[in-house]
Amino acid sequence: MTELAAKGRRSPEVASTLHVNGRAHRLHLDSRVTLLDALREHLDLTGTKKGCDQGACGACTVLVDGKRVLSCLTLAAQCDDREVTTIEGLASHGVLHPVQEAFIRHDGLQCGFCTPGQIMSAVALLHEGRAGSDDDVREFMSGNLCRCGAYPNIVAAIRAVAARGSG
Amino acid sequence: MPGSILGTAVVRVEDPDLLTGRANFVDDLPISGVLHLTFVRSPVAHARVRSVDMADARAMPGVVAVFAAEDLGLPPYQGLMVLNPACERQPLATDKVRFVGDAVAVIAAESRAAAIDAAEAVVVDYDELPPAIDPERALAPDAPLQFEALGTNRAAAMHAGSDDDVLAGSDVVVRGRFENQRIAVMPMEASAIAVVPGDDGNGHDLTVYVSTQMPHGVANKLSETLGLPVETIRVIAPHVGGAFGGKPGLAAEHLVAVGVARHLGRPVKWIETRSENLVAMPHGRGQVQYVELGCKHDGTIVGLRLRIVGDAGAYAGFGGALALGPTRIMAQGVYRIPAISFDAAVAVTNTTPMGAFRGAGRPEAAALLERIVDLAADELDIDPVDMRRRNFLQPSDFPFTTVVGTTYDSGDYEAALNEALRHAGYDELRAEQRQRRMRGDRWQLGIGVSAYVEVTAGGAGSEFASVTIDTDGGATIRVGTSAHGQGHATSFAMIVADRLGIAMDQVRFVQSDTSEVPRGGGTGGSRSLQLAGNAVVGAADLVLERARQLAAQLLEANPDDIVMTDDGRLAVAGVPASALSWERVAAAAADANEPLAAEFDFRQEGATFPFGAHVAVVEIDVDTGAVRLLRHIAVDDCGRILNPLLVAGQQHGGIAQGVAQALWEQYVYDEQGNPLTSNLADYGMPSAAELPSFETLNTETPTPLNGLGAKGIGESGTIGSMPAVQNAVIDGLSYLGVRHIDMPCSPQRVWSAIRDARAGTLPPVWREPPPVFNSTRDTAGAGVAAEAADDIDI
Ligand code: FES
Ligand code: FES
Repeated sequence: MTELAAKGRRSPEVASTLHVNGRAHRLHLDSRVTLLDALREHLDLTGTKKGCDQGACGACTVLVDGKRVLSCLTLAAQCDDREVTTIEGLASHGVLHPVQEAFIRHDGLQCGFCTPGQIMSAVALLHEGRAGSDDDVREFMSGNLCRCGAYPNIVAAIRAVAARGSG
Repeated sequence: MPGSILGTAVVRVEDPDLLTGRANFVDDLPISGVLHLTFVRSPVAHARVRSVDMADARAMPGVVAVFAAEDLGLPPYQGLMVLNPACERQPLATDKVRFVGDAVAVIAAESRAAAIDAAEAVVVDYDELPPAIDPERALAPDAPLQFEALGTNRAAAMHAGSDDDVLAGSDVVVRGRFENQRIAVMPMEASAIAVVPGDDGNGHDLTVYVSTQMPHGVANKLSETLGLPVETIRVIAPHVGGAFGGKPGLAAEHLVAVGVARHLGRPVKWIETRSENLVAMPHGRGQVQYVELGCKHDGTIVGLRLRIVGDAGAYAGFGGALALGPTRIMAQGVYRIPAISFDAAVAVTNTTPMGAFRGAGRPEAAALLERIVDLAADELDIDPVDMRRRNFLQPSDFPFTTVVGTTYDSGDYEAALNEALRHAGYDELRAEQRQRRMRGDRWQLGIGVSAYVEVTAGGAGSEFASVTIDTDGGATIRVGTSAHGQGHATSFAMIVADRLGIAMDQVRFVQSDTSEVPRGGGTGGSRSLQLAGNAVVGAADLVLERARQLAAQLLEANPDDIVMTDDGRLAVAGVPASALSWERVAAAAADANEPLAAEFDFRQEGATFPFGAHVAVVEIDVDTGAVRLLRHIAVDDCGRILNPLLVAGQQHGGIAQGVAQALWEQYVYDEQGNPLTSNLADYGMPSAAELPSFETLNTETPTPLNGLGAKGIGESGTIGSMPAVQNAVIDGLSYLGVRHIDMPCSPQRVWSAIRDARAGTLPPVWREPPPVFNSTRDTAGAGVAAEAADDIDI
């Protein structure tokens, strides 16, 4: 047996408190667990998607303290005591967020797999004030891939929200 | 349809779940006690497997079992169709591995992490063999053989069309060798399956949740392969994160997952990683096309000679057959071509098996035609638009049977082109191009035109639907198609709303579950609206007929006098006060012990042929070879439009993928068969930043083949855009003498072409095809594969 195999490659567990969508969760996880896996596999929040696990598709985008991050490249332990917002936390009391509404109106999704990431990214982008032109939106949404090619309508949806100033 | 909801832009009813994270994809399903599967895959393209040592892996924490082929004893895997029975694939490799990514063993573990760690501890002893990677070289007599018993790497070959010299009588013959490169399907959700073995209490012994286009196809294939009664298998496709031809039924790994679950008697799931997806999910396209077009001086086409090498990848992937099927049957395109001679040879190579990608053989046909027509226009000094107009089939020609035997239903090709040119402002664009050239601008303008026709709902052409009126007066639709982004829940509810006057939010939609839907062909080949949509129409009409009879009894009237009121109730004509709600009629049906429901199988007499014209406008930096797509104008005719919002979405997606192939995407191997583009960083899939917002328009030429007048729209965007964009890049550099650049027209290739043009060292656009075509005319037995390929509906 190889030395590596014998050790079973366990890393130490770390304790952290994640505030997700306004609720605190105390977690004891292997230090290598990503925020994405913590959400999906330990907190049953499967709305955030794994499209690559390599930081290249944006499907896993969530907000940490209001800023967009790729949860597949973020360790859960790094988020100790921080506010995480996922797609499940965006609508409040059954009322869709304006970005979600705009995605319906402008048909900004097809299969919907990239959509949670697109929406979280769009919400952050509007806060960042980077939705001033179609080109800006395209550039600052370029980390969120969509194989269904819904880009034109995603851009239109974000621009519509920006125009109403209700990001 | 005045006053009807049909033809109006209705937003999608399926969106809210997807937008809030509530929608479940396979990996989101809570399945208690589920084990995670990870495959041990070959790191080499071609090798004999000496031994597989699983002892270390089996001893690792969290590992439940490790299997190689002999441990599971599964029957050979069969995909969508068998191109050559001598190229059999075992779900786990036995004697040899035949591509990088070929699965050799599988780990079942308590966690994904444990499974991945254990996969690395499996030691496989490979005895490496020389690989055959390039399809043309694989067909050479001295190439390393993938299946020694076959004695060749030629999996199939055929000759079709004319036996004569089809170029005789031409004033000019233009020739080109074009590569339609291998690309990755890349759905954002990769492959995924969860298998729950054992009695579900409802008569099933096996429950399979799988990301697929064809749940019934998966059930049928599992039944066939494993010898299980199909009614004991329940297959469910939950939400599916894109497919584009890449999820057409059972995959080899699915068979393994089912085998492991049944062996262990425990639920398992396999969620493919992105890197794994790029070596395991069948690739698309992969043709080398030798094209010769004979013309008169005035541009009139005399004849077309095609010789095509198809790359089937390892195990003769069915995608290799697309050259023999869709590419061949669409070889005449939108033109009057008096004679066509067609030969194809399909190679097995030590690469990922070939499958389907959006368009599946039809984009390859349109691309070669649109490229050679542009080359001819250039040669004859005729504007590419005029060249096309001189040769178009005319509206009065339909129905029209081509010289390769395909019968087109309806079309008006020139109208679509005119509309695209008008919208693009073609003359102004040409004027700007001239100015930029005169000024010697660094950014030169290129204008590309394409005209295409394609085939949808080919093959068997039948689909199931049922409509049931529920006790609350709403309706439930069941269909055998399986939407994964196309918006069927919306479009089919629109049909019921139109026919029965039931509000869309009262319509429930059931699909993708073999225990809920008795039969179905799934979604592929742009078949769904025209087949399932018309089946919903048929079922709704039957329901209405029954309802009128019931209403007539209740109202003591003649069924012929029962009409539907504007607010969707049933009343005696002229007596609105008599109106009965659907709820009331359904209750009457229930009292009579015959629920108000109907089934309908819609069968279409033949395929439909969507068509269109695209104009692409690109800017090319002649210093660096960078290309920017400035505008893309698409006029796609999919017959009568049911929901323009959904049609535009399909156009957008299709165009994005066609543009991507023209400019960026290519799946690349090195000489040894190592993939060089096996993650999203290396593979050039575009983001929003690379693409403009497309200008999508439509003409509407209904098909006479179904009541809705609908043709498919799923693939048109890809078929029209790819050649338009490629032509635009070449057009932009034509003033330098550039006549052809193979796709993808990457900055490197474009820059090289500019450099070579300036140095007078441009490589020839033509070379003689490989000797394999000397014998395609007398190949026996290839016709079977070709006929099967005609019926492929992906
Ligand atoms: S899953 Fe995180 S970027 Fe793709
Ligand atoms: S909607 Fe399917 S990947 Fe974006």
